[in-house]
Amino acid sequence: MDKVQDNRAWFLIIPVFLIVAFSAVIPLMTVVNYSVQEIFGPGQTFFVGTEWFEAVLKDDRLHDALVRQIIYSLAVLLIEIPLGILIALGMPGGRSAKTSLTLVLLALPLLIPFNVVGTIWQIFGRGDIGLLGATFRALGIDYNYTNNSAHAWITVLVMDVWHWTSLVALLCYAGLQSIPPAFYQAAKIDGASKWAVFRYIQLPKMRGVLIIAVLLRFMDSFMIYTEPFVLTGGGPGNSTTFLSQYLTQMAVGQFDIGKAAAFSIVYFLIVLLFSFIFYTIITRTGEGEKK
Amino acid sequence: MTLTLEGVAKRVGAEQHLHPLSLELQAGSFNVLLGRTLAGKTTLMRLMAGLDKPTAGRMLENGKDVTGTSVRHRDVAMVYQQFINYPAMTVYENIASPLRRQGKDKAEIDAKVRRTAAMLRIEPYLERLPAELSGGQQQRCAIARALVKGAGLLLLDEPLVNLDYKLREELRAELRDIFADGKTTVVYATTEPQEALILGGNVTVLHEGRMLQTGATGDVFHTPASLECAQVFSDPPMNVVDAILTNDRVALSDGTSLPLSAHDRNLPAGPCKVGIRANHLTVLRRSERLVPIKGRVALSEISGSETFVHLRHGDTTLVAREEGVHSHPIGSDIQVYADPDRIFVFSTAGQLVAAPNWRRGALRNIA
Repeated sequence: MDKVQDNRAWFLIIPVFLIVAFSAVIPLMTVVNYSVQEIFGPGQTFFVGTEWFEAVLKDDRLHDALVRQIIYSLAVLLIEIPLGILIALGMPGGRSAKTSLTLVLLALPLLIPFNVVGTIWQIFGRGDIGLLGATFRALGIDYNYTNNSAHAWITVLVMDVWHWTSLVALLCYAGLQSIPPAFYQAAKIDGASKWAVFRYIQLPKMRGVLIIAVLLRFMDSFMIYTEPFVLTGGGPGNSTTFLSQYLTQMAVGQFDIGKAAAFSIVYFLIVLLFSFIFYTIITRTGEGEKK
Repeated sequence: MTLTLEGVAKRVGAEQHLHPLSLELQAGSFNVLLGRTLAGKTTLMRLMAGLDKPTAGRMLENGKDVTGTSVRHRDVAMVYQQFINYPAMTVYENIASPLRRQGKDKAEIDAKVRRTAAMLRIEPYLERLPAELSGGQQQRCAIARALVKGAGLLLLDEPLVNLDYKLREELRAELRDIFADGKTTVVYATTEPQEALILGGNVTVLHEGRMLQTGATGDVFHTPASLECAQVFSDPPMNVVDAILTNDRVALSDGTSLPLSAHDRNLPAGPCKVGIRANHLTVLRRSERLVPIKGRVALSEISGSETFVHLRHGDTTLVAREEGVHSHPIGSDIQVYADPDRIFVFSTAGQLVAAPNWRRGALRNIA
């Protein structure tokens, strides 16, 4: 044999293999295992095939939650992405105290944990002691997130915008800062309008970071759990019961492990599918100009 | 367009980026701004373009004062060191963009875009995006965009510096022809003396924010007004040695003595500085007139098909040029030959006193 066999490479893979196995593969396979069984208790399990999946796909409450979820995620993207771009465009450039201050202020909401954000808004929106709620009351608007579905839904949306638009703005700001000043000079000499500069220089140069921003915000908002949980626990009614809420109710509330497991897998596939679609669309439109 | 600068200066804070300078660029002329980095070339160009306002002086376009006119209302196009194109537009759209802004009709735009693209040899790539082109092609696209605008003033700020050697040579040779026809006044900034010589036209030598000299490129190269100017306009920089002039010889500080030639005869005796360009300090003794100088090799660098030998000689370092590729071990003894007919004589203050004859038959004794 003239070919040298060297199997040492396998040893180098072992750490990664173990980490991925314990953090991803084994939990995922446990869920897959649950999703095809009826579980009554330890040792009392029966194989049921695709029954849980069929039940999940036929579940009307789940359909409602899914529609609510999609509308919510789209609303998040439609507000946060343009708003983030606008903020980034308006931010001061260069190295000044003003820049540092703006960056710190923008980063602040990102440092606050989800449940704290929920609590802040829960109190903020209260009619008796909350600044927002009291202001609305003083203005004669009957704002109450605990019994008005629309109010609750909008509050969760505003909360998300408040919490996460900074991320989009910071990403876009980084993208804008990477444009060499010569581009702006060239545009000036060309006599290009502000809109043309945005459309033909800034937007194409921001494409890379925008892909990341859209994907991150989509996936995150699609899996929103903590904020509505803290605010109203998914209510009033089912108005803020998004997919995660429903899944948790099913798994932890009703202890419907098999059905919840099937649900998780479908949920995972949906996120994967949407992310793939977004990614494909955004990268396709800009092929060949990624430099 | 005739561009006239009258005492134009630029100061940023306490720093004088450009000392007052006056310059007249004739309509349709080709002008090279030569200077090392930080000489003020880009500052001057930005002023010419109207991107910045001068802190002093006036600027006239065809006699009309445009000092305060913003860049949007100037008749100017610019090409940068970086390859600046609209990333999301095809090459065709990029070249067409200035014409569209001028509101030209479709047929005219198409004809102009294709003609300019053909001139810069990027016709096959019109439908591609800039990022799909090589660096040289991207810069050709940027140049085409600037050319097609038909501006009265075209500024090129070190346009070839980011290209590799081969592409640079190729594009440089073409640029001369492309600009040859024009009514456009071209200003071309470069750090390389070689490039200034190849491009020809007029040259303005800048150094640390001051204009050292301006004139026809050949004149400036052969009769640099000062030692500084000669240094900037020589690559490698001119060898400079302190010397003393007597009535028939010039004695260099190291003891070498050169006979006087036609151009430096009859100069007043006394201390001076002698400048010798590397190409007049040779390793091969081509003629008996050449005067040997002994030294020790400090470095030997090969550039293209030439070798530059840096040698320690007393307490100065000299650079000699040798045809062909040679290797000289560091520390070895070497003998180089100076051409007494080719030396420049400067005053101790650095002003030119005598330059070698370079026009056949012309005797140029400046002092």
